[in-house]
Amino acid sequence: MAGTALRGRLSWAQARVVELLDETEQVRSIVLEVPGWPGHRAGQHVDVRLTAEDGYQAQRSYSIASAPEDVDVVLTVERLDDGEVSPYLAGELRVGDELELRGPIGGYFVWEYTLGGPLLLVGGGSGIVPLRAMLRHHSAVRSSVPVRLLYSARTLGGVIYRDELERLGGGLIDVRITLTREHPDGWQGHTGRIDRSWLADASWPPEGRSLTYVCGPTGLVESVATALVELGHEPARIKTERFGPT
Amino acid sequence: MSPVSRGFRGRRRDDADASRVPPGQYVTDDFPVLSAGPTPYHSLDSWSFTIRGEVDRERTWSWEEFVALPSETVTVDIHCVTKWSKLDTVWTGVSLDTLLDGVETSAEYVLAFSDGGYTTNLPLEDLQDRKAWIAFEFDGEPLEAEHGGPARLVVPHLYFWKSAKWVRGLELRAEDEPGFWEGYGYHNYGDPWQEQRYAGD
Repeated sequence: MAGTALRGRLSWAQARVVELLDETEQVRSIVLEVPGWPGHRAGQHVDVRLTAEDGYQAQRSYSIASAPEDVDVVLTVERLDDGEVSPYLAGELRVGDELELRGPIGGYFVWEYTLGGPLLLVGGGSGIVPLRAMLRHHSAVRSSVPVRLLYSARTLGGVIYRDELERLGGGLIDVRITLTREHPDGWQGHTGRIDRSWLADASWPPEGRSLTYVCGPTGLVESVATALVELGHEPARIKTERFGPT
Repeated sequence: MSPVSRGFRGRRRDDADASRVPPGQYVTDDFPVLSAGPTPYHSLDSWSFTIRGEVDRERTWSWEEFVALPSETVTVDIHCVTKWSKLDTVWTGVSLDTLLDGVETSAEYVLAFSDGGYTTNLPLEDLQDRKAWIAFEFDGEPLEAEHGGPARLVVPHLYFWKSAKWVRGLELRAEDEPGFWEGYGYHNYGDPWQEQRYAGD
């Protein structure tokens, strides 16, 4: 496969927080103005670096939630209470603060409309973030590629980008949400984990050579990717990304 | 000089020896999994390990032959480019010195190749002199597939993407060729102590 090498050094940029959006109780989107941002492709990530008063630094990687066509760069961060960086980003950070950031990074877990489809996006929890960038890109370029999104969240309140997903759904984008821990009375969607039988029903026929992107916690990514291979999907057309602790 | 991030204090671990943690890394007790695609599952009957390319003759070991080679258990620190480091990890495997013993080559570079199509490139000398192993056990247990089992390359002095999971062999080469992540802009060499994460670092 052809690699797309990044040219030159990826230098640290000063990004300014222009808006903060609470997506769920635990998840916040950080809208950043990044002078000189070179642009990105949907699915890429950035490194964020924080510096304490005594010079101590911490770095983490975050997926970019915005589409290449969006004006600002958006990161969506889930607050992990025992984490070091996410409680700051999704708690302490205020509009007007600055962050050091460099990117975009990664060129494999990327979808752009020229890659075609049909597209199967499978996300768990905050694994929806890079997939949302792909959906926004799809809609910004009015792609004719049919898309299915299978998204697993614990509760309805934990569904990130819920309103936007409802808006994007319908037409070429088929959004299917499953709630694994609890669901409200009258919930019409799926419940329980994304399992093999749901995948058999919801994935595209393997002979159509669909492109699949799976992002979420390791357990979900492993079981979904393995099930898709068993269902006859070509391993090389299943791209995965895992979310580790931060 | 980086500006101070207002209100950020950080949570330094006091149980980890700072001199063992490269710049920009944090210590974790977990063992995060990072792979670009599905985990390959194959029968050990069809597994082999091959040294090919610029060599006097190609060598191949079956699984049985491979695990019958002299193995050693090493305790090393590992550093992932995604920022986590894990200290005192215990691996059992065959030293590359053992596998390369008697191989005549003028090659200076290696492209390691894996099930699933993954590759990574390294200078040959980074695999020599007790710096690298083909490990098949982690913490005394058979290496799990999601962590690269049945066998993976372990080159602890470089970022861990160089420690190819599901490794099936080495191609010795006169000229360097970028592997999978190296082709996507990650650093060609990947020394964590120099913080060589991406091309140009």
